Amino acid sequence: MEALELARWQFGITTVYHFVLVPLTIGLSILVAIMQTAWVRTGKEKWLRLTKFYGKLLLINFALGVATGIVQEFQFGMNWSNYSRFVGDIFGAPLAMEALLAFFLESTFLGLWIFGWDKLPKKLHLLTLWLFAIGSTLSAYFIIAANSWMQHPVGADYNPETGRAEMNSILEVLTNNTTLAAFPHVIATAFLVSGTFVAGIAVYWMVKRHREDANHGDLPMYRTAARFGAVTMLLAGVAVIITGDVQGKLLAEQQPIKMAAAEGLMATETGASFSLFALGNLAGDDPDSVTHFIEIPGLTSFLFTGDWDGEVRGINDLQSEYAERYGATDAAGEEIEYRPNLLVTYWSFRLMIGLAAFSAALALTILWFTRKGGITTKPWMKALALISLPMPYLAASFGWIFTEMGRQPFVVAPNPDGVDMVMLLTQAGYSPSVSAGEVAFSLVVFTVVYAILGVFWFKLIQRYAVEGAPQVEEPTIDEDGSRPLSFAY
Amino acid sequence: MDLALIWFVLIAVLWTGYLVLEGFDFGVGMLMGLLAKDNKERRVALNTIGPVWDGNEVWLLTAGGATFAAFPEWYATLFSGFYLPLLLILLALIVRAVAIEYRGKINDPKWRQRWDWAIIGSAWIPSILWGVAFANLVRGVPIEEVDGRLEYVGNFFDLLSPFALLGGLVTLALFLSHGAIFLALKTSGDFSKRAGDFAKKISVVALALAAVWAIWTQLAYSVAWTWAAVLVAALGLAAVAWFTRTESFGKAFVANAVVIVGAVVLIFGSMYPDVMPSSIDPQFSLTVDNASSTDYTLTVMTWVAVIMTPIVLAYQAWSYWVFRRRISTDNIPEHNELTFFKK
Repeated sequence: MEALELARWQFGITTVYHFVLVPLTIGLSILVAIMQTAWVRTGKEKWLRLTKFYGKLLLINFALGVATGIVQEFQFGMNWSNYSRFVGDIFGAPLAMEALLAFFLESTFLGLWIFGWDKLPKKLHLLTLWLFAIGSTLSAYFIIAANSWMQHPVGADYNPETGRAEMNSILEVLTNNTTLAAFPHVIATAFLVSGTFVAGIAVYWMVKRHREDANHGDLPMYRTAARFGAVTMLLAGVAVIITGDVQGKLLAEQQPIKMAAAEGLMATETGASFSLFALGNLAGDDPDSVTHFIEIPGLTSFLFTGDWDGEVRGINDLQSEYAERYGATDAAGEEIEYRPNLLVTYWSFRLMIGLAAFSAALALTILWFTRKGGITTKPWMKALALISLPMPYLAASFGWIFTEMGRQPFVVAPNPDGVDMVMLLTQAGYSPSVSAGEVAFSLVVFTVVYAILGVFWFKLIQRYAVEGAPQVEEPTIDEDGSRPLSFAY
Repeated sequence: MDLALIWFVLIAVLWTGYLVLEGFDFGVGMLMGLLAKDNKERRVALNTIGPVWDGNEVWLLTAGGATFAAFPEWYATLFSGFYLPLLLILLALIVRAVAIEYRGKINDPKWRQRWDWAIIGSAWIPSILWGVAFANLVRGVPIEEVDGRLEYVGNFFDLLSPFALLGGLVTLALFLSHGAIFLALKTSGDFSKRAGDFAKKISVVALALAAVWAIWTQLAYSVAWTWAAVLVAALGLAAVAWFTRTESFGKAFVANAVVIVGAVVLIFGSMYPDVMPSSIDPQFSLTVDNASSTDYTLTVMTWVAVIMTPIVLAYQAWSYWVFRRRISTDNIPEHNELTFFKK
């Protein structure tokens, strides 16, 4: 493989890995902050126990998220130096803002929260957690603004002298309508992930405790957590659908090939149907070999245009349109294939939707079985809860794989209403000074190190989850520093 | 005033913040291995930086992001050019972040011991490599024009000149000294005493190494005005040696921070107007002007930096104030009872 291919694999692996961890941090930081707020306001011990329980799991997750996030700040320069040169004037700004506005807030106040139980008054200590949660959410905004610019470049011009894109409006970059659609979708997903996480673990414990003792003192606490998680999932699920729909229609205008690829649609159609699965050579080499199954008539048209009979342009038409507008051949004289890998886009789009539906099923089940003060005792509920845990994670990952792979062959996709020259092919974005051997080495090292750390992450989350909510003491301030620390590494 | 120059200075400020703050974090990490006698003392050391190390590291991410925004060409050529050393630093930082957080999560001596090695090793690696990297920036590296872009054309071993390796030893000694002084300040009893004694010795080593490197830099690569930075750094180094001897560790800590400021001024001052000098031909050097973003971007970023940096400094300072107390072995709680496998 060449350096370019290896660099793409490395970026994909490190970024998807990082983004498996991020949604839980974003969502759970807010959910734990709500739990601690409930404790501060009501004084009920169960809320403190839940805060400590889920707070610990949050920290285990956050540590690996931070660690794998460090790479992201440098990887553009390391492996994508030509991309960095081309976009730096614009893309660097939200990245630097993310560090200054969000990362400092996150990391400083998390330190204060973890170690501050015996140092800060109750309400101030609660505030540190909220500031951490706000920092996490803010960081998502800036990085999505950066990513959205790659999907739909706005506020930029092309300078033919330097061959670089240049920013002419930071306001347009930060209020890109792609960002405004993607950010709520990502945040809603984060709540879906974290709601499933909270509810899934609570249901596991509810069933387990009830089998040990039908009147166990922990049952009301886990019931509260299960319903809290389920309501979060339900609200988040609705938000995911609405924001996803808005985003789909927007993308159909901004990146029509990506959306055509989501259905594997070669020819332009009106009333295009949506198939649940397809067999054959989806890679796009041989469209005639593909058979679609369980087709829902008009659904693709409806998803992308809002009209069951709407016209969805097919890949073949778009290919000639793009070739005419953005050039038929690349710098090396090779013909440019403007469609992404259809196998990946078709399936990642379906898996994103299908796996997210799983969480919704869990949410409704939990709310039904815990209605009117009820406790669920069914062993299959425990199984369902555990099976559901990874589902929204996978859904979110497939969503990102769809977003990023669907943008190919571009790293900066052209904006149909923008400046035509503000676009870049992925193949032009790599680092010429980094050899294939060097990239291969870093790819292997990252993969191995991440795999090892991932095992520890999983084991610790699992270990602390099966330990259950800890017994707690009312925290008090250590006036003279003579006591053991409330928390220490 | 020239915006690109302002950003050159601001990036120097961000690196100063990073080296001053994570400098003692790395020092503490290395000294966990050199000074702590048992698990409790290792925990004392680690918990002196516990609440703050993560915030300290953000100075690096900010320096990286700001370089991307303000000097994209520098960001691109530097990080693709210094690929392998940067990879090593990143791996160390990744492992370190996880090791600090996971070390105490399982009550098992083997588990702790392995993460301890990770914490210690991942402090040594960047402590040396940052010095090597900066020395190379001062010295210049093989850069040539390739397809209209200024690209690094050397290899990994081109970065390992005697001057660069000495630079690595300088940051190593400075961070060890910084960490030892910090530990003397933040711990109490026997451990604090040992850290102070170590600071007395290592500060002399730092003085010798840094003096040689600074004068070498000044004579071989710099301009007249940076003699002022050399002088400030030299006075700082002498003050560190003096104040550790008199056991005024607060003053010694400030003096060591001044040394780091002097070193950054020397490094950036000797590079200017280049941000990455070419050792092949000065016409291939990346400069403050040819590597920078447009004035529009720089103006936007200046506003962001001017507003946000004081706010960040204020709340970070507050967090240091909240955790201002010394930590002794009496403050270390028992480990939780969790073992790797549920009993």
